[in-house]
Amino acid sequence: MAQAAVTTGDRSPELPALPLEAGQGVTPLSVLKAAIQRREATVIVVTIGAILYFAVRAPAFHSVANIIVICQYIAPIMVIGAGEVLMLVLAEIDLSAGQVYLTAPWFAYWFWTGGVPFGFAVIIALALSVAIGLINGLFTVRLGVPSLIVTLGTLYTFFGFVLVKSSYTQEEYPGRGVAGSGAPDGWTKYFGVGSWSTILWGLGITLLIWFLLKRTRFGVHTTAAGGNLLGAAEAGVPVKRIKVWCFMIIAVAAGFMGILDSVRIGSINPGNSGLDIVLTPIVAAVIGGTALTGGRATVLGTIIGAIFLGILEDGLNIIGVQASWFFFFEGVIILIAMAANVQLGRLAVRFRR
Amino acid sequence: MSTATAPISAPSPDGATPDVIMSAEGISKRFGAVVALSDIDMHLNRGEVLGLVGDNGAGKSTLVKILCGFHRPDTGRIFVEGREVSFHSVQDARAYGIETVYQDLALVPQLTVYENLFLNRELTSLGKIGMLSRRRMRRLARHYLNDIRVNVPDLDAEVELLSGGQRQAIAVARATRLNAKILLLDEPLAAMGAKESALIMELVRDLSARGVSMIVIDHNYAHLFALCDRLNVIQQGRVTVDTKVAETSIEELTEMMVSAFRRQLEAGQEALGEISV
Repeated sequence: MAQAAVTTGDRSPELPALPLEAGQGVTPLSVLKAAIQRREATVIVVTIGAILYFAVRAPAFHSVANIIVICQYIAPIMVIGAGEVLMLVLAEIDLSAGQVYLTAPWFAYWFWTGGVPFGFAVIIALALSVAIGLINGLFTVRLGVPSLIVTLGTLYTFFGFVLVKSSYTQEEYPGRGVAGSGAPDGWTKYFGVGSWSTILWGLGITLLIWFLLKRTRFGVHTTAAGGNLLGAAEAGVPVKRIKVWCFMIIAVAAGFMGILDSVRIGSINPGNSGLDIVLTPIVAAVIGGTALTGGRATVLGTIIGAIFLGILEDGLNIIGVQASWFFFFEGVIILIAMAANVQLGRLAVRFRR
Repeated sequence: MSTATAPISAPSPDGATPDVIMSAEGISKRFGAVVALSDIDMHLNRGEVLGLVGDNGAGKSTLVKILCGFHRPDTGRIFVEGREVSFHSVQDARAYGIETVYQDLALVPQLTVYENLFLNRELTSLGKIGMLSRRRMRRLARHYLNDIRVNVPDLDAEVELLSGGQRQAIAVARATRLNAKILLLDEPLAAMGAKESALIMELVRDLSARGVSMIVIDHNYAHLFALCDRLNVIQQGRVTVDTKVAETSIEELTEMMVSAFRRQLEAGQEALGEISV
């Protein structure tokens, strides 16, 4: 255990030095220790390795056009992944977020085709996304159903709902020249269609979630509820309300990114399954260094995890590997990254003592 | 919240009515089929340290959790400073200066020392957004810990990495730092080494000397006799003995507990006998 128990001596009024600030000086060993103590360490190293590998193998990899493609792939993974960080830090999970990402564009579409201006239709769709999050949250904290099961329920409910309501037909989406929806160089330039639009929105929302988790009272309460649910409640933290809020935050973030991507792509397809979409962000969060057991989370790791998955998917494609190999490598990477995280975690604890 | 007069507590032997800071009357609490407390009456005098003794499951912790607003009683009334109160949450009780050190300490292992000290009372800026003022919290945390003479080497250390005594001290520091008037301590010395116990006891005595009224749960009679002014024995959800420490001894208290246990056993055997007939 740590040194010295409660002692009565040494009552210096100054603040203690932060572990790496002043005092010890920076040595290669201290840098190594600091790196290992960062939960994001593994994924940073692996991502840099992947970037170098693909950049050497295929010059097309680091063309601007390709970087745009990667960014568009990464944006929703990053946002939903950051939302899953809120879930995982609470020791919960939301499998429905991918379905909300697919369903919110349909909500907006139906209101829009019903005569509501698209801007209002989007706001209504986001409100309905929040409502799905509310349902997930209330079933979890009020009825005590595990969130894994609740969100699996809402996932299938809305997958089925969209299939039936859309009559299994793909539809064109406002944004890319659909009549009355504004030209591509109008508002849509900033709302999905512009090359960097989705990644900028994505980064903005992800950093907002990072700020919420790491810099606010709400974030401390979220970590507390995940780290020691009973203890947090005993300290007076409204743990149930915190959980419901987090379910609503991930839902509205996923819904927003879904609408943005639908505007970018220009069509929506009822056959897509939210389960395929939600698993990649969860992988991004987990290989980024967020624990499944609650209380420990890193949004920055999730961003890097999403970048890594984007690079892997795109890079394999560019060097001519068959697309399906992506799943194979994603699987292998999960196993390796998780094993490394567990081992490095042990090492980090030993260093801290 | 209605006001009412406090129940008149029993006059003390010397004839003067002690100044009651907190009292409870007719408190009952069930959890499903389990009766945790049945119609309990108790009071805490201003500035005294009251010890609660009883077997595991006798209802001591439940009583403390009702007095601090964590559980709501099924029946009964609670009075603070002579006024009837109704606690809907821990925060409600805090508004009356009631603070608690729980048996499990209620610390979050993944949060730092100062984050735990300020848990649910974070210092923030930007109003509703509630941005943490970490610098201010660190500075005040150091100040509080010095104030109660606890030295934790690193305020940025995660509580997970601290020793049992350090954790206990942080839990006590958290409970007392906002000028608590009434402090509820649920087994503050559990799982402590001899040296750590001595330091926590010193801390409790120090707080008592500053006029904090306290209720302490402990299984160790030596600790209780060293700390408390008065003892209540709780058995099967009721206060069965109310005695000043000065008027009893460890032997006498042990004898009272054992004889009560024997009566229970005999009652149990009779009940079994009836069933087997």
